[in-house]
Amino acid sequence: MDVEEFTEKFAACFSQTESAAIKPETEFRSLEEWGSMMTLIVIAMVDSDYGKILTAEDLKSAGTVAELFDLISKK
Amino acid sequence: MAFFTVRDIQIKGLAAAVPSNTEDNNELDLLAEKERELFIRTVGIRYRKVAPKGLTASDLCLAATEKLLAELQWNRADIQALVFVTQTPDYIIPNTSSTMQHKLGLSKNCLVFDVNLGCSGFVYGLSIISSMLQNIPNGKALLLVGDVSTSTISKRDRSTTPLFSDAGSATALEHTPDGKMSFNLQTDGAEFDDIIVPEGGFRNRATAESFVLKEIENGVHRSGLDMKLDGAKIFNFALREIAPSIKHLFTEAKVAKEEIDYFVFHQANLLMLESLRKKLSIAPEKLPYSLYDFGNTSSASIPLTMLARIPEALRAGKLKLLLSGFGVGLSWGSVYLETNSVICLPIMEI
Repeated sequence: MDVEEFTEKFAACFSQTESAAIKPETEFRSLEEWGSMMTLIVIAMVDSDYGKILTAEDLKSAGTVAELFDLISKK
Repeated sequence: MAFFTVRDIQIKGLAAAVPSNTEDNNELDLLAEKERELFIRTVGIRYRKVAPKGLTASDLCLAATEKLLAELQWNRADIQALVFVTQTPDYIIPNTSSTMQHKLGLSKNCLVFDVNLGCSGFVYGLSIISSMLQNIPNGKALLLVGDVSTSTISKRDRSTTPLFSDAGSATALEHTPDGKMSFNLQTDGAEFDDIIVPEGGFRNRATAESFVLKEIENGVHRSGLDMKLDGAKIFNFALREIAPSIKHLFTEAKVAKEEIDYFVFHQANLLMLESLRKKLSIAPEKLPYSLYDFGNTSSASIPLTMLARIPEALRAGKLKLLLSGFGVGLSWGSVYLETNSVICLPIMEI
């Protein structure tokens, strides 16, 4: 897996945010659509597509999409 | 893992009751308009049944039981066991099941007790009552399962209010030569506070401070007497534990997944259940949902879903079912069971 592919999958979790607006360097928690529901949607995506368990703490500790990808890669 | 099989006992009939009062998440002020759409699409819950003050879980279960007993035409003296699974009893003391034994006019020879479990409660309750009934020749038994969870949550908490709904159920069990139920029951008490009402019990007694509503975060106001739920932790727990637990049950019970006619899961969250469905490669038509119309009804969600979505199949003949409940405790359990022409009553509104 690479960060570009992960960013695409991450962006596809959003329904009201343009995919083009989400890049590896995007600070995802500052996106207007980000919230508790998006947390669950991203956890489900990471579980189904990468077979990894992502915690709410992981999502809080990562600042950007790329940092989140790094965190998942190390699991 | 606690795996065991109970033989010669089968479900004879099912009934359920819900409050007639319905709330609509599409009109819930706690959520912004865009959030409502996302919530309903993702979590899967549109309508919730909310009990008015004074209507208890035992009232809902008793209404369902009376209807079921009238249909079954059982001699009430034959009922020798009644188990009531709830987290919202009528009283702190005594056990609610004793009042139910009296109200139902059951014999003094009937054993009754309460069990404090939520999401896993139907499966655990089934394991308890079927195990006991196995050793009561000629006896019949009632498993009453229900909660008024809406009375345990803050109306100003957007993390719980859109989820929970109220219901009570009644399941009648009797001896039959071809009855078989195989259980796999598990627990992880390390995460006991993922779903908790922290005050008002005997560890943290209620004080005047317990009643004070506090702002925890934006849109989340609750008191010490209101339920706190860590949605992400519960979500991870379900993704981590449930599929392996069900696979283990299949192995131990020597049942192939393909033999199962229906998988009926605790109605927690559409996204969570769809993740489990994909992990277990379950065909969509084999996993019924009642979330949209009834929300998360705690321990009653499995029998309620059976009655809401597959009553014709249950009535028509033999079925092989896999039921699974998971949540508060943390506690989870699955049962593989076979049914044969179950009496299924329409869901009552009271």
